[in-house]
Amino acid sequence: MYLCLFLFPFFGFLVSGSFGRLFGKQGAAFIATFCVCCSCLCSFVAFYEVGLTSCPVTLSLFPWICVDVVESFWSISVDSLTAVMLVVITTISSLVHVYSISYIKDDPFLARFISYLSLFTFLMLSLVLADNYLQLFFGWEGVGLASFLLISFWSSRLQACKAATKAIIINRVGDVGLALALFCFILIFGSVEYSTIFSCSSKVAFCTFLFCQFKVDILSCIGVLLLIGASGKSAQIGLHTWLPDAIEGPTPVSALIHAATMVTAGVFVLARSSPILEFSPVVLFFVSLVGAFTAFFAATTGLVQNDLKRVIAYSTCSQLGYMVFASGLSQYALGVFHLSNHAFFKALLFLGAGCIIHAIKDEQDLRRIGGLAYLLPFTYSFILVGSLALVGFPFLTGFYSKDAILEFSLSNFSVTGGLCHWFGVISALFTSFYSFRLLVLGFLGYPNGFKSFYKNCHEAPLFIAVSLIPLGLGSLFIGFFCRELFLGAGTPFWANSIFIYPVRESIIEAECAPVILKQIPLFFTVMGAAVSFSFIYHNPIITYRFLFFNQMFRVFYTFLNQRWLFDRVYNESFAKAFLFFGHAISFRIVDKGALEILGPFGIVFIFPGLSKQLISLQSGRVYHNVLFIVYGLGFLLCSPLFYSSNGCFFLISVGCWIVFRVF
Amino acid sequence: MSWLEILILFPFITSFSLLIISFTEAQKKLVALWGALVPLPISLFAWVGLDHANFQLQNIICYSVLPGTNSEVVLGLDGLSAPLVSLTCFLCPLCILAGWQVIRVGVTEYLVSWLLLEGLLVAVFTTFDLLVFYILFEATLIPIFVMIGIWGSRLRKVKAAYQLFLYTLFGSVFMLLALLLIFAQVGSFDYGVLIASNFSIERQLLLFLSFFLAFGIKIPMVPIHLWLPEAHVEAPTGGSVILAGILLKLGGYGFLRYTLPLFSEAVLFYTPLVHTVSLLGILYASFTTLRQIDMKKAIAYSSIAHIGVVTLGIFSGNLMGLVGSCVLILGHGVVSPGLFLCIGVLYDRYKTRLVRYYGGLAQVMPLFSAVFLFFSIANLGLPGTANFVGEFLCFSGCFQSNNSAAVLACSGMISSAAYSLWLFCRISFGTLKTVSFLQVADLNRREFFMFAPLVFITLWVGFYPKPVISLLFVPLSCILELGF
Repeated sequence: MYLCLFLFPFFGFLVSGSFGRLFGKQGAAFIATFCVCCSCLCSFVAFYEVGLTSCPVTLSLFPWICVDVVESFWSISVDSLTAVMLVVITTISSLVHVYSISYIKDDPFLARFISYLSLFTFLMLSLVLADNYLQLFFGWEGVGLASFLLISFWSSRLQACKAATKAIIINRVGDVGLALALFCFILIFGSVEYSTIFSCSSKVAFCTFLFCQFKVDILSCIGVLLLIGASGKSAQIGLHTWLPDAIEGPTPVSALIHAATMVTAGVFVLARSSPILEFSPVVLFFVSLVGAFTAFFAATTGLVQNDLKRVIAYSTCSQLGYMVFASGLSQYALGVFHLSNHAFFKALLFLGAGCIIHAIKDEQDLRRIGGLAYLLPFTYSFILVGSLALVGFPFLTGFYSKDAILEFSLSNFSVTGGLCHWFGVISALFTSFYSFRLLVLGFLGYPNGFKSFYKNCHEAPLFIAVSLIPLGLGSLFIGFFCRELFLGAGTPFWANSIFIYPVRESIIEAECAPVILKQIPLFFTVMGAAVSFSFIYHNPIITYRFLFFNQMFRVFYTFLNQRWLFDRVYNESFAKAFLFFGHAISFRIVDKGALEILGPFGIVFIFPGLSKQLISLQSGRVYHNVLFIVYGLGFLLCSPLFYSSNGCFFLISVGCWIVFRVF
Repeated sequence: MSWLEILILFPFITSFSLLIISFTEAQKKLVALWGALVPLPISLFAWVGLDHANFQLQNIICYSVLPGTNSEVVLGLDGLSAPLVSLTCFLCPLCILAGWQVIRVGVTEYLVSWLLLEGLLVAVFTTFDLLVFYILFEATLIPIFVMIGIWGSRLRKVKAAYQLFLYTLFGSVFMLLALLLIFAQVGSFDYGVLIASNFSIERQLLLFLSFFLAFGIKIPMVPIHLWLPEAHVEAPTGGSVILAGILLKLGGYGFLRYTLPLFSEAVLFYTPLVHTVSLLGILYASFTTLRQIDMKKAIAYSSIAHIGVVTLGIFSGNLMGLVGSCVLILGHGVVSPGLFLCIGVLYDRYKTRLVRYYGGLAQVMPLFSAVFLFFSIANLGLPGTANFVGEFLCFSGCFQSNNSAAVLACSGMISSAAYSLWLFCRISFGTLKTVSFLQVADLNRREFFMFAPLVFITLWVGFYPKPVISLLFVPLSCILELGF
């Protein structure tokens, strides 16, 4: 069954990718969807077996790279952490498959699209099912590729190609971090397998080794490299720039890859590597710092974006920040819990956004839609549910994980904890503001679009509706159902899959924190919603006037709207410099310049002149000939001198003199 | 007659029969194809039949060249040379297929030079005599020189052919001198004798440098690489394929077979130099590739970057690095021919190699785009392809011995993604350019069957490299034992 779980999506990919012509595009799509749904069923069974009855499973398939000390196998290994990921991945994936059948139905390349989705699912499964870092790396790079293919699915659009390339290149920066971590594992532990590495990690805690000629702590070094890897995939600050651009892909892709599954791979790796991170306080500090900054930065940027999908993308980025700083505070289970909850409501938001875009002729600028609540009540209700879950409205899904994260950070009693808490709380305020801003501008406010858009506006068709309903239910209830299972004090669910250094266990403190402090996030959330309603809904004129006349505020607004100028800095200081170097310096100056002159061009240039001068010696005049006879005779007579060093020197100087005389 | 002799002689005999028997043109092509193809199963059988655990040469044949002088030429196979022989026998028929319809002038000569090249290459990988190796190493230049000079695409081809010849010859002069010095000391060119003999350290330093120059130009390392982009751009598709697939690998093979075991102290002494040059190659070539507008030139520069990784692995001084370099040699020997064949497919149709004339081919040539995408991602070393296995092992081998070099080299991973996908996006994505309206034709059957085995091998080595790797262990461990 585990093998089926793993291979069904691959089968779907093969069939719909290679034989799409035989089955027709709808047929291929149905086959692939059926395969993924089967895989989904299997993963529920796996969740029951592994998670609820605590029987981890490991299957070793066949060897991959076995050289020297490295022994890696293609394998399937399911423990609690993996089981949670499996359920999330396959559920969201099968719903997105169903959604896409209808959403992409007019595209001639539907079969290709579905096959890419299945390929992605397969690669993501191979990432979470790995029992060694090498196979994880396979899935890791593979999902990057799948994301490239899916973002650039509408390949005739230049923006899509640019976004896809950007995504894979920036991901690759993170991948280098992960690859280096792998090399460190091989160097230090002589293995890439989780079991070996995790059981030995405590033995090398606080030992040092030479990395790039610097003496560094082994586990800190590995941890930082893993963090770089995780930042690339999970779009943490610095390596996040690809995620907002990735919305250029079709909306189901954004829902599946850039909200629910692929971007959470970084959080998964952090949770998976907990036995390493736990022995390095420095790394944990970095992780929480990076996460907190990301949450804050992305939330501020999300405030002023005008593209419907971009707002949701920044919100994803911000929520990923929450997950990462939860991991940094050693609350891996919490991070993973938020991950699974987030998957549901964020997929719901993206798919809902897809409904809007579908309904009104592909318009996704928030300033040019509005008043849709009356035309699309079904979509509106789902987006409302998703948004409420996102902002952490009490007793919806987001509440149980997001508020728990803030509570735990409060009860950490460290500078980092406090920092994370306040960054998190302020981000919650912003989250609530932009979520309600989206609702107001899109659904409640004055209709700003073209009349024809509204005339032809239609509610979601059957398949789309079918796939939204489970997500909506999930956004309402998952948190409530799973809270005690995942987070309850002393829950046996996680078993060995997550390791927390006993000192850092802070569940009791979190439970006993003062109630008033626990209610701060809720207060901030309500405040954000209120601000949003009063400024965007009731008094938009005042807001715009303020924006227009206040110089300071406008600079600030532009800064946020330009996404903190990250893209500009990267483009101008890195990309341009590299491209300049590649052409002007390495190609023009070195290759076609210096090396060419020293090589072929120089030879062509020098030798004709040289040979001309040698020709001039062959003048045919008698006295020239006599002169050379005398030189030759002298040379022969002196030849014994060769064997002594003085004579050699003498001859060379005579030779030089002759050469100078002649030329 | 042993298998090995058939393997070497069959292409020669076929080429001879092409010259003397009067076939029609179509028959000639078929005869040449079969002549090039027959050695493939033989070489595969020879490879599979090798004894994994035996570190000595296998299938040995000895010829006494000058009776009475005790000088024998030894031919044989071991785990290191067998895969390269198979790769040669595999790529040569592909090259003949690549020129199936395009070559119109001098068909006989074209086919003959392919068969000669195949025979010479098989011989160069099977010989275990340094002098014969040197002679054959040089002799492979002749067919490729002719091929570029006659069947190249533009007038600049003459310049390119000269450059190829002169550069290689320049390095070989030093190698020849080194050979004389070796003979003066040892008195034999036999591999077994050479391995057993000791050179003084000063002499090793000198010999290493001259070998390094010869192999470094062939492979090519960075300051002496100029001939490669020129030759690739001007050569016909088949020429580029064999150049990237096999001829470059001669340098790597030379390093592994001769330099490492013979000059072990010098290798230790020069390792930092080689690492520096390789790093330079990786970074420099990666950045240069980003701005090429000629597709073939882009692939040529990317080859230089990959070769940098190979040399990094060869000089890493541990088994992982050595195995990695061999796998990467094989992987690159499959992937870059694939890319050159892709470009050949485009050139056959549209007669231009400039990137800016292409765009949006995914819409009109989906099968081609899929194949091109596959080779692009294999070129950037995505896990699951042969290149990844090689690169990963090279890097991790290098990381064991010199981790700063490995860290710097890893940055090549980023730029390789950039240039491979940049090229792919420009050609296959975007809007359709007018050039695609000249002729809309996806891969035909001949082309499909050219690509299919390449794709299969790339995936096979990428997912299940064990059969390849396990054969490499013993010979490489011996080299390691002797060398480091």
